[in-house]
Amino acid sequence: MIPNDRKYTQEHEWVQVEGEIGIVGITDHAASELGDIVYVDLPEVGAEFSAGDSVGSIESVKAVADLYLPVSGEIVEVNPALDGDPGLVNSSPLDDGWMVKVRLVDPAELDSLLDAAGYEELLG
Amino acid sequence: MGELKQTPLTRWHEEHGARMVPFAGYTMPVQYTGVLAEHAAVRERVGLFDITHMGEVYVAGPGAEAWLSGLVTNTIGGIEVGKVVYTTMCNEQGRCLDDMLIYRLAAERWLVVMNASNHAKIAAWLRKHLPASGVALDDASDRTGLIAVQGPASRELVGRLGRLARRGADLDLLDFYTGFACAGPGGEWIVSRTGYTGEHGYELYLPNADMLPVWTELLAQGADLGVEPIGLAARDTLRFEASYCLYGHELSEDWTPLEAGIGWAVKLKKPGGFIGRDALAAQKAAGPARTLVGLEVTGGPIAREGAEVFAAGRKVGFVTSGTFAPTLQKKLALALIEAKSAGADLAVDVRGKRLACKRVALPFLAARVKGDPRAERTLS
Repeated sequence: MIPNDRKYTQEHEWVQVEGEIGIVGITDHAASELGDIVYVDLPEVGAEFSAGDSVGSIESVKAVADLYLPVSGEIVEVNPALDGDPGLVNSSPLDDGWMVKVRLVDPAELDSLLDAAGYEELLG
Repeated sequence: MGELKQTPLTRWHEEHGARMVPFAGYTMPVQYTGVLAEHAAVRERVGLFDITHMGEVYVAGPGAEAWLSGLVTNTIGGIEVGKVVYTTMCNEQGRCLDDMLIYRLAAERWLVVMNASNHAKIAAWLRKHLPASGVALDDASDRTGLIAVQGPASRELVGRLGRLARRGADLDLLDFYTGFACAGPGGEWIVSRTGYTGEHGYELYLPNADMLPVWTELLAQGADLGVEPIGLAARDTLRFEASYCLYGHELSEDWTPLEAGIGWAVKLKKPGGFIGRDALAAQKAAGPARTLVGLEVTGGPIAREGAEVFAAGRKVGFVTSGTFAPTLQKKLALALIEAKSAGADLAVDVRGKRLACKRVALPFLAARVKGDPRAERTLS
């Protein structure tokens, strides 16, 4: 059920690495818990962050959640589709609803993240 | 806190995928499929709400009319049997204890319907002011269930209930804010054309035993109408968009109904007066210091409850409710601000960011509660 092509955080983000770029989003569980998402606030391209930094916010009708960056690096792209259609995060959290792409500065950070089995265990 | 109360439909909600949350001492469904879909179902078709948590107190006796009138801000004295009145109940300072519906069921029999969160407070207030004779109170909350049927197809759906089908004429004659009592299998039913969604709708007060049969009959009879169960989250976005006050948000013991923009429910000159009248009259004469306004934040995050509102760098108020308005597709907020700043350029602080916002006339969305329930809505 949980795809094993990416890593996960305790805060329900995922990061999928292609070369030196990590694609970041939130998990199906997180999207479902938030409910209908109506606004996503994403960082500026070019901004640099450390792993664990809050880089944006995800707002549903009822609640607002932080987006924490799973790995350190520079934001190289944000998903332009979410501005007009934030519901993509609900309908396709693991694909079309991705949020940012980050240029990794320390790929070793990935080792401290959860794999699919570990994340599944976290969900219980 | 003790154990959460259940309604006769709690098990049904759990079995049908509802996300349950504690609310005013009850466990209640906050959503089934999703707040946006449920909101749209009520605006476009018809939805069912379990709002059994509301408090119902019957007031009866020869002294009931004058006594009740002296406790509430709106006019109820002399109204016809079958009429329903929205009113506030205030303390001596004119501050709002609760907002409520009052039904005149018979010459000397009334029903007061209050918010679940204020039930204990209002029941105590009523007992405290009860005269030695001439008025009897009967708190029926624990034996009474409440289903709201709301949306443009609500007239059609309610008319299909077996128990009401032969009363089609009564339903057609039921004007907005009127109701009637009739016999049901488990005891008396009260049917009224009321609701808090901004749509044509009905509320059915039923004995507990009749709740599940009526709920399931409405769902079965309304399948072709697209009926859906609706949770508290959409109930909130629906009332917010219609700019109806919600106690604990737009209404509070910290300010008055005049400040909350519902001065139309305060009748200062009604015969006999009422608790809080003098304070409200003085406030009206001086001009309320605060006022409820509508705000739109474009392009940014949602300004939610508690967010501070600024004019020229100075704090002038706070957001009472703020969310994404699904029908209007806008991020809107209701805010209580200094009346003297109502014309100023306003900004709202959201998690440390100062966002410009523009004033929007209230209501955000015009209610469609009168006339043909199927009439098209035009969005401005």
